[in-house]
Amino acid sequence: MASEIVTRELSAYYGSHQAVADVNIRFEAGAITALIGPSGCGKSTLLRCLNRMHEVVPNTRVEGQVLLDAKNLYAPGVDPTHMRQRIGMVFQRPNPFPTMSIFDNVVAGARLSGQVRDRMTLDDVAERSLRRAALWDEVKDKLQHGGTSLSGGQQQRLCIARALAVEPDVLLMDEPASALDPISTTKIEDLMRELKGAFTIIIVTHNMQQAARVSDYTGFLLAGESTPGALIEFDETSKLFTTPKDKRTEDYITGRFG
Amino acid sequence: MNRLALRKAWSAFMIGLAALSAGIAAATLVVVVLYVVSKGAPALSVSFFTHLPRPVGVPGGGVANALLGSVVVIALASVVAIPIGALAGIYLALFGRGRLADAVRFLSDVLTGVPSIAIGVFAYALVVLPTHHFSGASASVALGIIMLPIVVRTTEEAVRLVPHTIREGALALGMPTWKAVLLVTLPVARPGITTGALLSIARVAGESAPLLFTAFGSQFWSNPISSPTAALPLVIFQYAISPYHEWQQVAWGGALLLIFVIFALNLAARLVLGAKFAR
Repeated sequence: MASEIVTRELSAYYGSHQAVADVNIRFEAGAITALIGPSGCGKSTLLRCLNRMHEVVPNTRVEGQVLLDAKNLYAPGVDPTHMRQRIGMVFQRPNPFPTMSIFDNVVAGARLSGQVRDRMTLDDVAERSLRRAALWDEVKDKLQHGGTSLSGGQQQRLCIARALAVEPDVLLMDEPASALDPISTTKIEDLMRELKGAFTIIIVTHNMQQAARVSDYTGFLLAGESTPGALIEFDETSKLFTTPKDKRTEDYITGRFG
Repeated sequence: MNRLALRKAWSAFMIGLAALSAGIAAATLVVVVLYVVSKGAPALSVSFFTHLPRPVGVPGGGVANALLGSVVVIALASVVAIPIGALAGIYLALFGRGRLADAVRFLSDVLTGVPSIAIGVFAYALVVLPTHHFSGASASVALGIIMLPIVVRTTEEAVRLVPHTIREGALALGMPTWKAVLLVTLPVARPGITTGALLSIARVAGESAPLLFTAFGSQFWSNPISSPTAALPLVIFQYAISPYHEWQQVAWGGALLLIFVIFALNLAARLVLGAKFAR
């Protein structure tokens, strides 16, 4: 089931440096929301706060709230590993587990987090996830080959399949196509449209055309010389790209900076 | 001559010089190996591996007790030093921050540079003096201490080379940190860790100085852990400086065997590491 994510006064720090300040966004359940902005605006950091991956980096800190269906991820006593099973993530560079086969990669999360043990069910999980990631036909005859033997675009879809196998409610994508060629990029974008509805998708991208093509909503973030990244404008994608309310948004989407 | 021709001539000269140096370096090894083979090969026979040393004047005899002693002493040292070293290396690579980690890194670097004879004296004071007798166990302590920093630093390097994005991928799937490390990071680093362990064994296999006042040596079968025990490097040392031709012959045979073992360990380390890239 797709879930809604709401942030309240969300701020993120690296040591004493504040990267994201007081962000309030509502990510609609089942929709695709894009986060855009120039490099260093904090969009990736913001994304990593949504599944508590920001705190994996040493000396980092998060303030404020992230509500997954009204439940605060950062409430005391919440187990981050539990939350991460509900909020999957796809990274900028494909990162299949190098020592594992395609099959083992897909079911890694489902198996290692102890959700599924039965071999029969694992086969089902693998096939269903690979089908959903539009990779099944390309790999069904070589499931025991190494995950890293695939092409970059296939590896990224493998990583998407791996994230889907855990049955998350939300899928976070951190510039998922920036290391891929145009054809692979198109496949990833088609895939996102397929998955929309069943999953809440939040994608960080520095490619504005991509944001315009795939997303329902877009948030524009910007950091100043000495001020942390902040949400400048948030709207339906069609509105934000045609009639931006903020001058800075307009300057950015018309290519005047960044 | 114009500038280009001059530069080309100079370049050719320098490349030749570099090639000559490389040749000399490689030739040294080849000469040593060939010499030891020519001297040691005649000594190698079945009885060399199965018999005890014989008194001067009695032909035949072997170094069976020294072989057993070396194997047991090194095995004991490995069983203790490799797990501790590997765990310390994993800690340094993944979690090591702050003063404790810096101290461990610095100390293991220093320990790498401590002369092995000094470590032998330490093991002598630590084990031999309180127990009032030489023993294989005290030799294992000395060798284990020599192995430890090698294993720590090679493991740290091997684990550090695993891209952190892979571990993040595992964490993002909802795996707890220990599972992500154990099931995702370590399998990737395993060839590097194994290589480090093998190289540390190769390093101590030929150590003789720390054995002088720990294992001490023996002419007989003895319990290689609790008693003074023979060991290959000791046999080489004691027999090579003896005035008897038969014993010198045995020393050459031992040297050849030792070179072969170390060569095999290095080769194994390369194969393990090569397997990683073949994947």
